[in-house]
Amino acid sequence: MSNFDSREFSQAVAATPHRVRIQTGPLSDAGPSGGKLWEGPIEAVFDAQGVSVFYGSKQALHGVNLRIERSRITALIGPSGCGKSTFLRSLNRMNDPVPGFRLEGQVLYHGHDLYASNVDEVEVRRRIGMVFQKPNPFPKSIYDNVAWAPRNLGLKHGLDERVEKALRGAALWDEVKDRLKDSALGLSGGQQQRLCIARAIAIEPDVLLLDEPASALDPIATASIEDLMHSLKGRFTIVIVTHNMQQAARVADRTAFFGLEATAGEPSGTLIECADTETIFSDPADPRTRDYVTGRFG
Amino acid sequence: MSDASFDPAAPLTPSGNLRRRRAFSRFAEYGATAAALAAVGVLGIVVFAVVVHGASALSLDFLFQGAPNGIGPELVGTAEIVAIGTLIAAPIGILVAVYLTEFGTGRLASWIKLTLDLMNGLPSIIVGLFVFGLIVEATHKQSGFAAAVALAIIMLPIVARGTVEILLLVPSNLREAADALGVSRWRSVLGVILPSAIGGILTSTVLAVARAAGETAPLLLLSSVYDPSRVSLNPFEALPNIPTTIFRLSEEASPEGFTQAWGAGFVLLTFIMITSIGARILLARTRSKMAQ
Repeated sequence: MSNFDSREFSQAVAATPHRVRIQTGPLSDAGPSGGKLWEGPIEAVFDAQGVSVFYGSKQALHGVNLRIERSRITALIGPSGCGKSTFLRSLNRMNDPVPGFRLEGQVLYHGHDLYASNVDEVEVRRRIGMVFQKPNPFPKSIYDNVAWAPRNLGLKHGLDERVEKALRGAALWDEVKDRLKDSALGLSGGQQQRLCIARAIAIEPDVLLLDEPASALDPIATASIEDLMHSLKGRFTIVIVTHNMQQAARVADRTAFFGLEATAGEPSGTLIECADTETIFSDPADPRTRDYVTGRFG
Repeated sequence: MSDASFDPAAPLTPSGNLRRRRAFSRFAEYGATAAALAAVGVLGIVVFAVVVHGASALSLDFLFQGAPNGIGPELVGTAEIVAIGTLIAAPIGILVAVYLTEFGTGRLASWIKLTLDLMNGLPSIIVGLFVFGLIVEATHKQSGFAAAVALAIIMLPIVARGTVEILLLVPSNLREAADALGVSRWRSVLGVILPSAIGGILTSTVLAVARAAGETAPLLLLSSVYDPSRVSLNPFEALPNIPTTIFRLSEEASPEGFTQAWGAGFVLLTFIMITSIGARILLARTRSKMAQ
């Protein structure tokens, strides 16, 4: 990876003596990271090492080395078709059902290889939740949307409290508390997306992956999703794919810029650089990043 | 550079061979419309004939009494046979559809789809012969249960194919949403996918019921030696049923027999029409709900 910011990478590695620490217990407000984001070495939740993704014979992504740090918001930005979403979906194995999907390299999650043969993808997704581009609530009541996964995972104790906490966490409680039994399909697009976030955090995952969560929403709903991300910061490790650079600048601690690069003739996506968001937007190391964030290309 | 062979400034009326092409197109359109109307016409004539001949046989006695005055036992028997057939075919058909849309991939799945299509085209007399060998020869007697098994074989591909189509309409982002919550696929099927498709599944089941209710050939082999004068609730003996009764009454070659056959036909046709139309209305409502 010639364009990878090696300074950044070595600093990050040096700052992380316990890269393979295994997380124990559910992450909650009182969790190990609560409110102390910047003290001590920052643990990597994901460590992608030389990740290449193929769909059949077509290479979508090559040679991505990326550390994603605990309890922070990492934004993945870049032009269309550069593999941001592919990379994100590889972090909780949502690409598995795609015909011809193949991943080379390693994705370590708390030190465990996500693609090892003994890894159960259902267990992976129980810990690493995902919210999609288009709001996709179940055709059930608001309450049942949030309660469905906890029920199926055996978290039936205190279900009402859990649903309320998730809806409060997604800043939706006040709007829906009087109509929990109503169909979720009657909510507005922005409310539906917050409901999907509530549904994802109801099972208290370790990581939340957000795939362009605001791209189908109007500016007001987008603003509420962004506010929500600030309030979720610290409770969850968040990785967000966004087309909107201002959004990345507003919400993310770290920003990774993906671009297209020709390997063996065919262009495929790759990571150009990853750094603190401020650095990416003010003093990027790679001229391609500068061109993109200043709007000269993309 | 365009090499237009027409004058762009001419009035916009047909030029060149457009008149001829127009006439041909209209001819084809009228032909197709006539064919479509003919199909409706055939159905209309059949329904008209059944109503004209059968309506006079209808009375409360005809519906509720046994032979020789009515077809009450046949109505009950047909309901029993179809109900048992549905109880067998619907769960299997739905599971087959779940396999095809949620789990099955590649060659096995396409083989199963092909098998369902072949099953759908299986002549019902062959199904009847098969079940005759399987159950009637083994137990040495006809039974409503044997007839139900034959009807289940006929219903299975209809239920499965219809359910597959409706499950394919379930948005894939609901599956993704369920997957992303760390819930196993079977739980997603039970909790999210089947509930959102329940209307369509009911529809395909009802359509299969309508198809099976009129099947005659297997019943002639499997449940035709019965006493039409009394209601039987034991499915392990031959049950009176409408299709066999229509066949038997038509063969009697007596005016009363014919009238009763038409009457029974009227009842059967009414049942099938109502269930089919009801199922299609239900299906249309489900589709528009799922399209939202």
